[in-house]
Amino acid sequence: MHAGIVFFLVILGSVLFHIFTPWYWTDIASNWGGMDDTITLTFWVGGGVFVAVCLFMTYCIFKFSYKEGRKAEYKPEDKKLERILTWATTIGVVALLAPGLIIWNQYVNVPKNALEVDVMAWQWGWQYRLPGEDGKLGTTKVININDNNPFGINTDDPYGQDDVIIQSDVLNLKTNRPVKILLRSVDVLHNWYVPQFRAKMDAVPGVVTFYWFEPNKVGEYEVLCAEYCGVGHYAMRGTVIVQDEQNYNQWLSEQETFSEFVAKLDKLEIEEKKIVKKINLN
Amino acid sequence: MSDELENKSGYQAQSSETVNEYSGSAVGDVDYVRPAEVSDQDLYHGHSFITKWVFCQDAKVIGVQYFLTAVFTGIVGLILSWLMRLQLGFPGLAGFMTAEHYYQFVTMHGMIMVVYFLTALFLGGFGNYLIPLMVGARDMVFPYVNMISFWMFFVAVAVLMASFFVPGGPTGSGWTLYPPQAILEGTPGSGAGILLMLISLSLFVIGFTMGGLNYLITVLQARTRGMTLMRMPLTVWGIFTATVLAMLAFPALLVSSIMMTLDKVLETSFFMPTIIKAGEVLGYGGGSPILFQHLFWFFGHPEVYIVALPAFGIVSDLISVHSRKNIFGYRMMVWAIVGIGALSFFVWAHHMYVSGMNPWFGFFFATTTLIIAVPTAMKVYNWILTLWRGNIRINTVMLWCLGFIVTFVNGGITGIFLGNVSVDVPLSDTYFVVAHFHMVMGIAPLMVIMGAVYHWFPLVAGRILDEGLGKWHFWITFLGAYSIYFPMHYLGFIGVPRRYFEMYDSPYMTSGVGLNEFISLAAFIVGAAQFILIYNIIKTLKTGKLAGKNPWQANSLEWQTSTVPPEHGNFGEKLPVVHRWPYDFSVPGAKDDFIPQTVPPSEVIDTEVEKT
Repeated sequence: MHAGIVFFLVILGSVLFHIFTPWYWTDIASNWGGMDDTITLTFWVGGGVFVAVCLFMTYCIFKFSYKEGRKAEYKPEDKKLERILTWATTIGVVALLAPGLIIWNQYVNVPKNALEVDVMAWQWGWQYRLPGEDGKLGTTKVININDNNPFGINTDDPYGQDDVIIQSDVLNLKTNRPVKILLRSVDVLHNWYVPQFRAKMDAVPGVVTFYWFEPNKVGEYEVLCAEYCGVGHYAMRGTVIVQDEQNYNQWLSEQETFSEFVAKLDKLEIEEKKIVKKINLN
Repeated sequence: MSDELENKSGYQAQSSETVNEYSGSAVGDVDYVRPAEVSDQDLYHGHSFITKWVFCQDAKVIGVQYFLTAVFTGIVGLILSWLMRLQLGFPGLAGFMTAEHYYQFVTMHGMIMVVYFLTALFLGGFGNYLIPLMVGARDMVFPYVNMISFWMFFVAVAVLMASFFVPGGPTGSGWTLYPPQAILEGTPGSGAGILLMLISLSLFVIGFTMGGLNYLITVLQARTRGMTLMRMPLTVWGIFTATVLAMLAFPALLVSSIMMTLDKVLETSFFMPTIIKAGEVLGYGGGSPILFQHLFWFFGHPEVYIVALPAFGIVSDLISVHSRKNIFGYRMMVWAIVGIGALSFFVWAHHMYVSGMNPWFGFFFATTTLIIAVPTAMKVYNWILTLWRGNIRINTVMLWCLGFIVTFVNGGITGIFLGNVSVDVPLSDTYFVVAHFHMVMGIAPLMVIMGAVYHWFPLVAGRILDEGLGKWHFWITFLGAYSIYFPMHYLGFIGVPRRYFEMYDSPYMTSGVGLNEFISLAAFIVGAAQFILIYNIIKTLKTGKLAGKNPWQANSLEWQTSTVPPEHGNFGEKLPVVHRWPYDFSVPGAKDDFIPQTVPPSEVIDTEVEKT
């Protein structure tokens, strides 16, 4: 009897915990509310099954505990009952799967007007690249990467010259414009994850992966690396600042393009050479 | 090793006798069972200490050897989990704890618990001990290979443990060993540590294949007369199907281990694309990190069921025996085990929804994954329907089974969250995943293991474990483990990522700090509670109540042995003959509430037994 009471309290406690928990979703700041809704739906259906099964079990503990001389029922099978349960379960599973697949279909189909952002990851940090005025990102290669070309942009690709490069882990985005995140890694697996946006995807060296979301709340968000990438994994953070269009454009105009970056380097190099010459002359 | 084969108990002559006994009387004899097709063979009996207890060929001793070795690694895994929880609950409290150490502990804890503890315990431990006894065989069909199997496992464990002592320490790449980081600097133990891990896994697979072939062929070929496949206890069905999965899944692990070893040692590029580290281009190019993930999870997902299916089987038998009622829907249970086993090879990429594989795979793998929920749910229904109108003994064994049902249903339902592709996106790589798999493949199978220990200890040792201590052990473990993992899901909702050495003052974690401290405290208590069992075992071995024959009044063959504990050869002079399934409990018209499998119909003539 005591066992039944404890099991009952465990079930009751689980339900109460879920209702009164202070630990729940971090407030959403993107278009993926559908994911939250599907989770809520799964909670209702799955939670209902959990409570029903466990309460039935608890009832059995109370009702059918061992009594000397009583005999259990002898009934090897009940085809009808088993069939009903199979179909009921199947219907429940389909009801959960359908919204899951519908949202996945949205997740893998990126809207045409999405702003592309190249997110480049390494051990252990992030940097970003945005398309320039031509609206297209230039192609890249890992082996091109060096101090003069931190993103490995193919220098003969005309689309690459006006790309906006952000050599910092702070990215700005504007509200209500879909963003297609293109993920690259130069060394190991990483994952660019902002809990408020719900979405995530691994960055895999050797390929470019993608996902999309639409930020819809102005604010500053922490970026976490969500795929284990070695000993600095937990410290691989970044920042996303979501702003309205005006502030975003302001920020964008202050950023440097690839060609400006190269020109600056060339200028530095010439100046350096001059200094060296001077020193030699002296 | 000069022992000779000898005809100790003279059971070679038995089969020809039985053939004579039944020839000609087949028609109309209710007790008729088809004669044996091959004659009974004697076994190699060890005489010296070494052949009896060290390089022993008796599956029961090998089972105990597997069990003890697995428990040893499990205790190491438990201590590692304490150290991890110490860091997570109380960061910085243990001065020696660096991020390197933390990741090494995470990795070793995971690999030990999944492979060297759970797999070895269920298949090597329970499989060896129970299969021959339950199907009515004298031993495994290849006892010598079986002996080698254990010693390969032992060497694999030794190599694994050795990695704690090499320069750089054990690998800290996470138990999934994802390249490229697993073999590159920047991950702890990326030198000798990862190599020893890969070698140890390869040895494990080789040794396990030897044992696995034994289990399969013993079940298929060495069943006693009358033991049809559909009269086998579900324990045997579970272990048998899990072994089939292991035989098909482990090769993928072996292949990926070998390939990664080559990538590490010879700088081949199976899994390694062009990589720049610290401004330098490494000598790799053209390989695919995602290929490794496919191979790993092609092994890794069936691996989940390699642990789960034996647990399903065992818990079915325990629930049936202690409810004094037949397992409900036996045939459905068998087909569910086989069906789940088959489906488990079509769901592996649900671990990879956000891995960067082609996203269109998501539709396929989400569908297959949720299909598995149907046979799994059927099993759950049948367990609780077995309790319904039973005559349930609420003893320690039953308590573990009830604990299993609660934790398994809980963990199964969170699995539906994670399997449902778009729901997985926000939750993957967070503590929701950690909580889910610990609940469903850590705690739930552990509940079954504990139930099985309390259930079969009287057979193995001849004495019944103390019930009072057993109940304390259960309640602390069950309530403690539940309060570790149930609230942990909610950390995942907040967005706390797994494999984080420290959260710093991240905005997500401010409210989670107290919860993390609570979880850590619960983990310390639950871990410590396991030593109650060790104390119970020591105490019982000395002064415990003698079990006698068949203390639980069960029907299956392991309780019908000539002696308790069973001797080498299990069944004395004559092998048992089976007349019924092992679930004839509380049959109307029967004197007792159980009819062992060996009882012929003529002895229980007035009962209303359904034909099995």
